Amino acid sequence: MDKIVNQKAWFLVLPVFLVVAFSAILPLMTVVNYSMQDTFGNNQFFWNGVGWFKELLDPSTDLGGRFLASLGRNLLFSAIILTIQVPLGIVVALSMPREGWSVAACLVILALPLLIPWNVVGTIWQIFGRPDIGLLGYTLNSLGIDYNYVSNDFDAWVTVIVMDVWHWTSLVALLCYAGLKSIPDAYYQAAQIDGASRWAVFRAIQLPKMNRVLLIAVLLRFMDSFMIYTEPFVVTGGGPGNSTTFVSIELVKIALGQFDLGKAAALSLVYNLIILIVCWVFYTVMTNAGAERKAAPESEAALEPKPAAGLKPVGVLKPKEGVA
Amino acid sequence: MARIDLVDLAHSYGGNAAPPESFALKPVTMTWRQGGAYALLGPSGCGKTTLLNLISGIVTPSRGKILFNGKDITPLSTQKRNIAQVFQFPVIYDTMTVGQNLAFPLNNRGVPKAEVEARVRQIADLLDLTPYLKRKATRLTADAKQKISLGRGLVRSDVAAVLFDEPLTVIDPELKWQLRSKLKALHRELDLTMIYVTHDQTEALTFADTVVVMHDGRVVQSGTPAELFDKPAHTFVGYFIGSPGMNIVPAEVSGREARIDGHVISLRRNYGVLPAGKKIEIGVRPEFVDVSPPTPGLLSATIERIDDLGRIQFARVRVGDAKFAARVPPGFTASGNSAGLIFDPAHVHVYADSHLVEGGA
Repeated sequence: MDKIVNQKAWFLVLPVFLVVAFSAILPLMTVVNYSMQDTFGNNQFFWNGVGWFKELLDPSTDLGGRFLASLGRNLLFSAIILTIQVPLGIVVALSMPREGWSVAACLVILALPLLIPWNVVGTIWQIFGRPDIGLLGYTLNSLGIDYNYVSNDFDAWVTVIVMDVWHWTSLVALLCYAGLKSIPDAYYQAAQIDGASRWAVFRAIQLPKMNRVLLIAVLLRFMDSFMIYTEPFVVTGGGPGNSTTFVSIELVKIALGQFDLGKAAALSLVYNLIILIVCWVFYTVMTNAGAERKAAPESEAALEPKPAAGLKPVGVLKPKEGVA
Repeated sequence: MARIDLVDLAHSYGGNAAPPESFALKPVTMTWRQGGAYALLGPSGCGKTTLLNLISGIVTPSRGKILFNGKDITPLSTQKRNIAQVFQFPVIYDTMTVGQNLAFPLNNRGVPKAEVEARVRQIADLLDLTPYLKRKATRLTADAKQKISLGRGLVRSDVAAVLFDEPLTVIDPELKWQLRSKLKALHRELDLTMIYVTHDQTEALTFADTVVVMHDGRVVQSGTPAELFDKPAHTFVGYFIGSPGMNIVPAEVSGREARIDGHVISLRRNYGVLPAGKKIEIGVRPEFVDVSPPTPGLLSATIERIDDLGRIQFARVRVGDAKFAARVPPGFTASGNSAGLIFDPAHVHVYADSHLVEGGA
């Protein structure tokens, strides 16, 4: 058979190619270009090869030290965020009503924090936590708790974490709620019949059925918390000292504060790569954990013929059906 | 194990204040004896699943009481009712193995481990699930999953009753037949009260020793398959059970005679004078009407077609406006499409407003 070759089809791909080139590839390559050069302004560039990358990964240099320290803070932050928000989101979702007008009310209330822009959230908590005029800060201090996020590292961390929990737990809760809603009533009825306790229902039905949405929730919350910038920047400005300076804040300081485009470009690339890799690992591990359960019986599929052979008489019995 | 009594039980999803005609289950009083195999038979939407869910406690009745061994359990939750139920679609716990699935209802009730194991093994054996016991319960075929659901329903030895809500809907026809006979065997072996909801008359008649027919939220008749067949208490039962269903035609009845289209059919019993204003019909199963060559003195009919069911042939005939199904006796050859109908008087029943009228001697 003659296969018709028509290269004109490539033109159909052209618009997409152009859009992607201008929106993603060209800007990215500009960053790659910067990361290999040094500049002192005036649009003058000097070749530096992989110099910035070497420096970045070497803790003894200024750049490396700052990067690795902020990376450590960031990982700790994301870990804390995930450990708080995922279980809390599940608990919130489980305690939401399943029907009636209160469902709509709960959904609206839950969605509210998600609708507030990042820097507004930051401003709200910045003022809320101030010991002189903020409701939270003032109350805590008048209760005798010495709370000041401007001068105390621990207080600053607590503020940033509580703020993020307040802002984003809703997302996890909404995702989980969607997962819970998709469980047919028959499962709950069967569990009732089987005499399952509340905990057994959660372990045997709800958690397994929420598996997929939880994967999405963990991925989203990891990416977001790892890239967090606006809220801590507005509340603490990365302080006190450098205690809440996360990678993105460090990046902006280097790129816009010091105007070290080369260092900043190298840092961006590494930062980007880390997020990609961590997400990939998360995704692979969690989908494998889900697939393992499903794949396991399939690998035993070779055993299938045995029980099937036991059922074989069905065919022989079949003609009797009419008699019955 | 228990006797189950329903006392004036009724339910409306619209609440107790809803108009009586809208009740999903109209008031019913009846008794299910210990160890019986019951089938609840009726078309979709006739209230049979509602009745089942009332017994299991998934739905709380608007009115009336449910007694287990004389004890009122109406206010008790499903968990405390000591009842097992199998649903239309398989419910399995994905994260557990088949064995753990079967053991789940027992473990939840704190049954000793050795006893759980023995019981799981017994049930798995009965349902041919033994080779699967150690496997995860996901990715099994629908019928294997449904067998697990059945197993979970049967695994408890102390239940008052096992309720089945159209459990074989998702099963392939040939396996369906096998599973049904298996259930019947299990019933004999385990001595459990079983209530089986279905809209399939073959399923009901082969499984149960007592069939309860429901129609429009009411229990219209309950009896053995033979009783339902020979003496339907309601035209609906006659029509719904049997294939083809009972012939039900308007007639005038007085004394020992029924008149269709001016033609007289003699009756076995004396019906005297039936109350006026009621819709009077006679019902006779196709098996008890024979077609014959047109003969004077027989009700004459027009044959529309003949259905050959293999062992038996039924003729679809028309008498005036009424349609009949009638048996074609062996050796009958149609000459043209006109025929006479021979009725077996012992099996002609009279219905007033759809309810059977018992004639006198």
